[in-house]
Amino acid sequence: MDFNLDLFLQILIIGITYGAMIALIALGYTLVYGIVELINFAHGEVFMMGAFFTMQVVLWVGVTSESATVAVVGALALALLAAMAFSGGINYFIDRVAYRRLRNAPRLAPLIAAIGFSFILQNIAIYWRGSNPVTPEAVIPLEIRSLNILTAWFGLDTNLRVRLIDFLVVLVTIPILIGLSWFVYRTRTGAAMRATAQDREAAALMGIDVNRTIGTAFLIGGALAGAAGMIAVYYLNSARFQMGFQYGLFAFTAAVLGGIGNLSGAVLGGFLIGIIWAMSDGFIRQFIPEWGAQWTPTVIFGLLILVLVFRPSGLLGEQVPDRA
Amino acid sequence: MVSTPAASTTWEDDADQRQAWRERLWLILGIIALALVPFVDSALGINRLGSWIPIFVFIILAMGLNIVVGYAGLLDLGYVAFFVIGAYSCAFLTSPSSVFVQNGWIPEFFQGFWPAMAVGWVLAAVFGVLIGAPTLRLRGDYLAIVTLGFGEIVPDFFINAAAITGGPNGIGQIARPPSIPLPGGNSINFSSGDLDNWYWLVVAVGVLSLFIINRVYKSRLGRAWQAVREDEVAASSMGVNLVRTKLWAFALGASFSGFAGSIYGGYITVVYPDQVQFSTSIIILAMVILGGLGNIYGVIIGGFLIQSFDRVLADELNAPLHWIGDRLNLDFLREHDLQSDRFLIFGLALVLMMVLRPGGLFPSRQRAAEMRPEDQDITVQEQQEMYDVRQDDEPSAGERA
Repeated sequence: MDFNLDLFLQILIIGITYGAMIALIALGYTLVYGIVELINFAHGEVFMMGAFFTMQVVLWVGVTSESATVAVVGALALALLAAMAFSGGINYFIDRVAYRRLRNAPRLAPLIAAIGFSFILQNIAIYWRGSNPVTPEAVIPLEIRSLNILTAWFGLDTNLRVRLIDFLVVLVTIPILIGLSWFVYRTRTGAAMRATAQDREAAALMGIDVNRTIGTAFLIGGALAGAAGMIAVYYLNSARFQMGFQYGLFAFTAAVLGGIGNLSGAVLGGFLIGIIWAMSDGFIRQFIPEWGAQWTPTVIFGLLILVLVFRPSGLLGEQVPDRA
Repeated sequence: MVSTPAASTTWEDDADQRQAWRERLWLILGIIALALVPFVDSALGINRLGSWIPIFVFIILAMGLNIVVGYAGLLDLGYVAFFVIGAYSCAFLTSPSSVFVQNGWIPEFFQGFWPAMAVGWVLAAVFGVLIGAPTLRLRGDYLAIVTLGFGEIVPDFFINAAAITGGPNGIGQIARPPSIPLPGGNSINFSSGDLDNWYWLVVAVGVLSLFIINRVYKSRLGRAWQAVREDEVAASSMGVNLVRTKLWAFALGASFSGFAGSIYGGYITVVYPDQVQFSTSIIILAMVILGGLGNIYGVIIGGFLIQSFDRVLADELNAPLHWIGDRLNLDFLREHDLQSDRFLIFGLALVLMMVLRPGGLFPSRQRAAEMRPEDQDITVQEQQEMYDVRQDDEPSAGERA
């Protein structure tokens, strides 16, 4: 089989858009893990709730593909903020009612509670929109969604396609990432979060309200997942109560790959996982056509296992987790 | 022969013995109750015996998972992977549509139900060791995620490797147990209509599993599991080989999952990847946690509660619920299907148990003490004592003056 550069680049572009979504979710895992060393298993479902709430907000606002562009853009921006607030609120609530009580319990107790919450949220999503995949209101007309910006805006003569929707995904993600790093590294609350992550007791002695700081981490992690949910709804054009499971695990893999607890690691891991995802979708079936096509979860979970076994500190993580 | 010194019969031994007798009594009562089920079922015309068989298969699964999570304290979120392995190995060995049988690779002997079941049991244990050996060094929550990944990979593999496994449709025509001839010309059959016989078979297998697990738990290995669970460092300094102990827990736990898988395969005679999902692993975990981590009788009851809700009660309670809805004129109740609440109920069971009663409904004494958050009051009290001591040693400001 010849190496096809166009195909490779095309798949790379798809991978980067997947990666943007995964990175946003992975940041939530890593923020929370960095501070409380808890794998927030319900995080994928928090992302899914963001996706569902986005559709709800768009329904409430009542825009359609016929509406004026300004109305559509405004509604989508509103939906993004609403989904962030909603998901952040859910994540905060879960921490408040369950994890906070289990801070001193053995490590497995909050993990099991988190699994419980992920089931509860899935069931709520079933009550909300049923158990079949839901297609969101088509507020972005198809011809605009799939407009090839390389030819339409830059006038390039190429077979490559960068759809407007791909561009929008990255366009929305980047300011959020910048905002997050500003928050964590330039604000007092961010400094409190970093201090709590380093040493909870010392931070408490310095006058930091540890529970509030942890709550903030959950709030922000949830908000990022909500943003990813909003993006996912319009990028995938479909949502389902189970979507959080796969995306959540892919994002967790990304966080571990980058070095869990490390913010830039989560972003790097997110993009890497996105690219691996797209490559595996695009190429594996060419090598083994007679076998099934759903190898991506196997590839990514296999990678997760390998990273955890051979390099649990990930690519960028400096802290080596204790392996007792 | 050293005679037992009289001094060793302390009240503790008495309590242990009383406990043992109580356990035996409950066990006998339980077996009698189980023996009555088919008669009651047919006498009342309930005809739910077909639901009891999967319930028992799941209880066997819960007992096996309890070895891993309850006894050894290792969270395994991919437990159904071994169930799949057990069921598929039974299918590969016995089904006429399996590639291995068609190519004549399987000796005639192994094409029967019983040998295939034994192979499924052993293979699951082997895979337990294979996945456990590299990962058991990891910390608890990482181990949980690795097992989760494994639990996703295994069914995915069986979906994708369609050339061997039949893909999403799976493999049918798995062998059932051969008829057992009885004196007098009758025989015990295990065809799809013989629910009674299947019921007895599954109950027998369940009681056998209970016996084996109980014996192992009370052996040196069982004590080593508890020691590792409670404090790895202390256990290893007492000479417990951590890796071997954990591997045994993993392998034995996995083997019961494979065992249950091969029986279930023989019962429904078909295996396909979607039979189990991640949620199945979690439902089994909920059974273990609801009943009480580490207490096998609690786990059996927990498994019974969750499974009977899942398979019997949710169906049966719909009618009364709709009736209430009619009386109160609430559409919400009238049209509600309790089956759609499953995830909510299992999730709530996990969360509430962890927050309110981490030891489960029927906690094992040790496990309950261990799962409770460290008691803050004790540290405060200790600080108070230290403070008091200092007060005694040093004259207070008033005395000095």
